[in-house]
Amino acid sequence: MSVEHDLLVAISKTFGLFFLIALSIAVLIYTFWPSNKERFDRAAQSILRDDDRPMPVDHQPDRDSYTGYLTTGHEWNGIKELNTPVPRVVYFFLTLAFLFSVGYWILMPAWPLGVTYTKGLLGNDQRRIVAASLRDAAGDRSSWTKKIETESYATIQSDRGLMEIVRETGHTLFDNNCAVCHGLDAKGGPGFPNLTTSSWLWGGKPEDIFNTIRVGINSAHKDTHVSQMPAFGRDQMLPRADVLKVVAFVYSLSNPGAKDLDPNAEAGRKIFAANCVACHGEDARGNPEVGAPNLTDKLWIYGGDLESIDTTVWGGRQGHMPTWENRLSDLDRKILTLYVLDKRTATP
Amino acid sequence: MSIFGFHYRLERKAIGLVLGIIVVASIGGLVEIAPLFTIHQTVEDAPDMRLYTPLELAGRNIYIREGCYACHSQMIRTLRDEVDRYGPYSLAVESKYDHPMLWGSKRTGPDLARIGEKYSDQWHVAHLNNPRDVVPVSVMPAYGWLLTTELRTDDLPLHLKAQRAVGVPYTDDMIANAALDAYGQTNPDSPQAEGVTKRYGKATTVRAFDGQPNRLTEMDALVAYLQILGRLTDAAHTPIAEAGANK
Repeated sequence: MSVEHDLLVAISKTFGLFFLIALSIAVLIYTFWPSNKERFDRAAQSILRDDDRPMPVDHQPDRDSYTGYLTTGHEWNGIKELNTPVPRVVYFFLTLAFLFSVGYWILMPAWPLGVTYTKGLLGNDQRRIVAASLRDAAGDRSSWTKKIETESYATIQSDRGLMEIVRETGHTLFDNNCAVCHGLDAKGGPGFPNLTTSSWLWGGKPEDIFNTIRVGINSAHKDTHVSQMPAFGRDQMLPRADVLKVVAFVYSLSNPGAKDLDPNAEAGRKIFAANCVACHGEDARGNPEVGAPNLTDKLWIYGGDLESIDTTVWGGRQGHMPTWENRLSDLDRKILTLYVLDKRTATP
Repeated sequence: MSIFGFHYRLERKAIGLVLGIIVVASIGGLVEIAPLFTIHQTVEDAPDMRLYTPLELAGRNIYIREGCYACHSQMIRTLRDEVDRYGPYSLAVESKYDHPMLWGSKRTGPDLARIGEKYSDQWHVAHLNNPRDVVPVSVMPAYGWLLTTELRTDDLPLHLKAQRAVGVPYTDDMIANAALDAYGQTNPDSPQAEGVTKRYGKATTVRAFDGQPNRLTEMDALVAYLQILGRLTDAAHTPIAEAGANK
């Protein structure tokens, strides 16, 4: 197959090329041969002979006897062309469109005038329209936004009507802003906390949650929560053997049954006491003041198996939550707080 | 018949008809395009407008290379639902240094005009690596190789130069240090990091975007670009009522 293809290419590049060049030269010579000139000119002009003259000024085209319309005055081998007039309805709508555009020019922003433009009598401006519609929307919602802004969390939570609104509005807000990390069901994912539990890094009271949404964690906000789990292994704060021991100990906290499997666990208690209690507490139940998680429960952000804990202790963790202060209003953040709290009670 | 007489005569002259078509067609162009260069309100003033750093520009090139613009727009229109969802509508000045502009015309994914700093770097890295890991319903392709591909920096001065040729005010100093600045922006502890903030302003984000301070990958560049979107100027965040065209 490839031989045939190569052969074809070779032929077309040699013989075929010369053939085409010779053919086009022959055609050119034939075309410009002096004795052929008259014949070709006649051929070129034949169908235009009657047509290619300016129409006389007083030319009166014939009227077609069958339709009663004028003809264009041209004739091709005895065939005449009707000059059918444009239907009246087209002129009607053309005029209507023209009048509309004149009205539009007067009422709406339309014509450029050098360094500015005509603003139109209505003074319409897309930016003002969207600002007005946002204001209208806020006005429509004010019957319940006022209540949510001013009432306490407990009052809103006990008001069924308001909570219906929180669930509906909060769902949209959560989908748009929070769900990419925390999941559509708010149950989190690897590296992103589950919000439906009772375990909260920075406190689970409504005010705490509202504040966390406002300032974020390790964010660009000036009052941001700062949480830095050091890289005990990578930054050589602990030798590898000690890391393994403390990992085993931490693992045993949430897996009491597995203790006897790991002889290092007890040895890790001392290392834990020396390095970890400052943040995670003596009882390892964490500290919401510094965002240190409770290590004794089954809830893990970065995974609770031995390997994951080892990765965490070795390389540290600096989770990041953006600040929402400039992106979402106080009202939006309060709705989100209530929404998240509602998720928690709904699915413990 | 009489009002069409002129047209009948014109139709019979090929050159005359062509010239006539050009004149009529150019009226539309003149009325619609020329005023954009003279009317002041067309592009707003934004004295605080920053330049893309070399790293962000490289990320922008990756964004174009991977065809992100085919599914993501970068323009929030002046419509209530868009402002409600994405934030303040886009201003012309925000695309002042976008050559070519990436407004886009189709959204398979969401608009990205204000995505900058909305999500964390970790999220962007996880999401670009495999969108399904963080958003199970996503139909976006995975871009895993970005995390392992070294960013090409030797041609960055040329990219800056090309941008300068079309009106972006990069200085000679910026062009000469483009490759070093790209490295410095992803490595806050390196001596090169200082030059980035010196040349591009204090507000420049200097971080290990892909979580690996010692490596300069394409992921660094793309995440740096995504995190700057909508943050080159605060012009769009002035109260909407004041930002009307009739100042």
